Amino acid sequence: MTDRVILEVKDLCKHFAVKGKGVLRAVDHVSLQLHEGETLGLVGESGCGKTTLGRTIVKIYRPDAGQVLYEGRDIWQQKGRADLEYHKNVQMIFQDPYASLDPLSVISTSIGEGLDIHGMYKGKARHDRILELLQMVGLNKEHANRFPHEFSGGQRQRIGIARALAVEPRVIVCDEPISALDVSIQAQVMNLLVRLQDEMKLSYLFITHDLSMVRAISNRIAVMYLGSIVELADADTLYTHHLHPYTSALLSAIPIPDPDVEEKRSRMILSGDLPSPIGLGAGCPFASRCPRAKDVCRQSRPMLTEMEKGHFVACHRAKEG
Amino acid sequence: MQHVLDVRDLAVSFFTYAGEVQAVRGVSWYLDSHETIAIVGESGCGKSVTIQTVMGLLQSPPGRVKAGSVLFDGREMLGLPARELRQMQGNRMSMIFQDPLSYLNPTMRVGEQIAESYILHNHVSRAEARQKVLDMMRLISFPEPERNMYVYPHQLSGGQRQRIMVAMALICGPEVLFADEPTTALDVTIQAQIIELMNELKEKVHTSIVLITHDLGVVANMAQRIYVMYAGQIVERGSARDIFYRPRHPYTWGLLASVPRLDQKQRRNFTFIPGTPPDLLSPPKGCAFAARCPYAMAACASFDPEEAAFEGDGHYARCFLYHKGAEAMLQKAQKERGIEA
Amino acid sequence: MQADRMDFSPLLGGTLTGEEMARPETTYLKDVWRTLRGRKTAVFSLVVLVLLVFMVLFGPMMNEYNYYSNDYAAANQGPSRVHWFGTDTLGRDLWTRVWVGGRVSLLIAILATIIPYAIGMLVGGISGYFGGKVDMFIMRLIDVLMGIPSLIYDILLIMVLGSGSISTLVVAFTITGWLGSARTTRGLVLQLKEREFVMASKTLGASPMRLILRHLLPNTLGIIVVGMTMTIPSVIFAEAFLSFIGLGITPPNPSWGQLIKEASEVFKQYPYRFIIPCIFVGLTMLCFNLLGDGLRDALDPRLRT
Repeated sequence: MTDRVILEVKDLCKHFAVKGKGVLRAVDHVSLQLHEGETLGLVGESGCGKTTLGRTIVKIYRPDAGQVLYEGRDIWQQKGRADLEYHKNVQMIFQDPYASLDPLSVISTSIGEGLDIHGMYKGKARHDRILELLQMVGLNKEHANRFPHEFSGGQRQRIGIARALAVEPRVIVCDEPISALDVSIQAQVMNLLVRLQDEMKLSYLFITHDLSMVRAISNRIAVMYLGSIVELADADTLYTHHLHPYTSALLSAIPIPDPDVEEKRSRMILSGDLPSPIGLGAGCPFASRCPRAKDVCRQSRPMLTEMEKGHFVACHRAKEG
Repeated sequence: MQHVLDVRDLAVSFFTYAGEVQAVRGVSWYLDSHETIAIVGESGCGKSVTIQTVMGLLQSPPGRVKAGSVLFDGREMLGLPARELRQMQGNRMSMIFQDPLSYLNPTMRVGEQIAESYILHNHVSRAEARQKVLDMMRLISFPEPERNMYVYPHQLSGGQRQRIMVAMALICGPEVLFADEPTTALDVTIQAQIIELMNELKEKVHTSIVLITHDLGVVANMAQRIYVMYAGQIVERGSARDIFYRPRHPYTWGLLASVPRLDQKQRRNFTFIPGTPPDLLSPPKGCAFAARCPYAMAACASFDPEEAAFEGDGHYARCFLYHKGAEAMLQKAQKERGIEA
Repeated sequence: MQADRMDFSPLLGGTLTGEEMARPETTYLKDVWRTLRGRKTAVFSLVVLVLLVFMVLFGPMMNEYNYYSNDYAAANQGPSRVHWFGTDTLGRDLWTRVWVGGRVSLLIAILATIIPYAIGMLVGGISGYFGGKVDMFIMRLIDVLMGIPSLIYDILLIMVLGSGSISTLVVAFTITGWLGSARTTRGLVLQLKEREFVMASKTLGASPMRLILRHLLPNTLGIIVVGMTMTIPSVIFAEAFLSFIGLGITPPNPSWGQLIKEASEVFKQYPYRFIIPCIFVGLTMLCFNLLGDGLRDALDPRLRT
């Protein structure tokens, strides 16, 4: 990992109009930097906007404000070849292994699609490249001409990884790549992702709700709540010295597979549910569930501030300790 | 003492166009009153089919019970006439599901849905039922029950819907509550609420819980005894502490090792079980786990292992490692796992 | 028990790995064909349809008569060794007329199904994929056009373009026929474009046309094909009806509809004249329906074993 920033998200906003209800601010002024070769974990509960952020980065959605800079250049200002080049460099691995492969294409076609779009390998070389990719993700050449429905969830996720790798990307946005898989299979896929990162110097933006898994692979972790990043720190700091009450609640809610530890643990159970993200008020988005909320939290929105070096928190009360 | 629920040698198959899928292959377990047991396993291991059969919810065809018995309070449940079965379902035993939205009727107010089985089984008046629903909603600490009993499921959040499911399941005061992945579809902060709620209610309404899950963290939080299922069989069973601290079956080892723990710093290398579970269309000869087991022996490929007993409260594992003759491999395994003999 | 005889030596790695069945190199279309061949009714229908096509092409050459020459001496004959399907009021050979008429009917049916469906799928695909104003405009246009009964269009168009030719009928059927398929396709595309495999392709830099043609439309095909095979019979019917009211193929050119119309006037005296073309219309419709059924299954790899 280097300190060179490869991908930067600046003040990004993505809003959706919800019929008859108002505006859903799925991503609300989010800024992030992804360093070359690093894994940045992005965690949060469903509806917090983490998937929307990931999809905006890979240009599935067009942002309403803000920028995404790849190697310092705004990706929405680029046209033609440069735009195509971006798609080659920044790839995505999707969540649902059952929906992310075209049911009508044999997997060699799916894996080869990127090669065709970018005109990268042709004829025999293309064929060989596909077999090489299959081997790279732990499948073999007999699999090349089968349809997705003939594979198990874990195998499909490997195919999705091979498709993303085919175009030799430098950044991969992983959108919950393991959450639909069984525990023993999750570890297989995670090891594969880690190995590939080391071999190919990839940078990952790793989107997940699984805080235990993300700890082991991330250099830094960002916690998202209702469209905003509430805390960002390097992985170990986040687990040991988190400052945002939401991070505390999130960490304390995760059960640990150890009955003795569970018995002794004191839990911080949040009351209530995630409020509707439509039409949020001016205050801190977490104020309605926060055990430490004061008047100031309901009136003004805390900015993401650097408390210690590399440790950012958006909380009015974090300074008080 | 008689068990509340006693399942013996249950075998269930599905007959599909491709042939017979042996989903459950000779499973025995029991449940005592006031306890929570967990059946743990990965998708396709037969854990859900087992409880669907016990509940009398098995789709037949294609499913068929091939052998075994299910005793509820000493009474055989399999082959019970539909009418008698219905009197049990929702009344003496009930179930909550993974995805509450698909099990709630979108066109019915939640209050009515909670009341439905109570009215059905207890023949009470609407006013009585309404009172019971209010009590129930207060019991699950649902905010503003008087108002919220009149809302529709889509107006509620995922966690609230799961609470409604819990209220529906418990309104008749069932002796047994089956919970099929009750928290899997929920966010962690909501999951914590539901786990707490279920643990609390178990005491308040005196029910026993059969928890079906793949999440060992949830199990550690709720269950007193654990059954580990793999490829349609129970491979290890014992008290929660036996399973978590003194596991004996290589599959249990693999399962426990592959779960990353929040409280442990672990770096970039995950322990995993190689391969995939076998296809139950043609289950392998011998031990079903042999193909993925790092300690497989020649015997494992040809014979079905029997249960070996260990100290502790009913701790058994279905594995040849504990057979006399397999000492050499057992020592290797224990050394690698850092277990003292 | 056998415990003493059991072998507790370590099992060599890889002995128990699941067997891998190697499959021959295949593409989607080859696989569709392979599956379709496995369906008896579909294969049977296909064979019958091929036979019908063969007969409409070569049937008229099998005897010395043509479809237009009158022969009053031979008028109103029943099926015989000379005139295999008999003759009509003007003494024309019905065998020849049925097959020549079949050419017209089948050609119209196939063209007036495929062309509108191709247009409808493309328009619907574009409408569903791009959404927004494009979608709004196309959908309102379709709503308006659908509000007017298609028969009125057909009649007006034929009056403008002049009746009688195959191309006129195909144009008329096309102008009204694409509406339904555009609507169906749009609905399907709206669902499909939110699927992750479409997003994955987009992430790879695929152009909108590639997405529509390679991913979205093929995935609608299973449902669309069923619609198509249902449309073919209805086009044959529509052509027959237009012929019936005198707006179809102009005599002496026959079509199945034309033949049925002529025969219906003398149905009581000469029922064979009515029954024979009806059998072929019915047979064609049945075969297309059965074929469509088989095709739907074959086009979806998930339904295969």
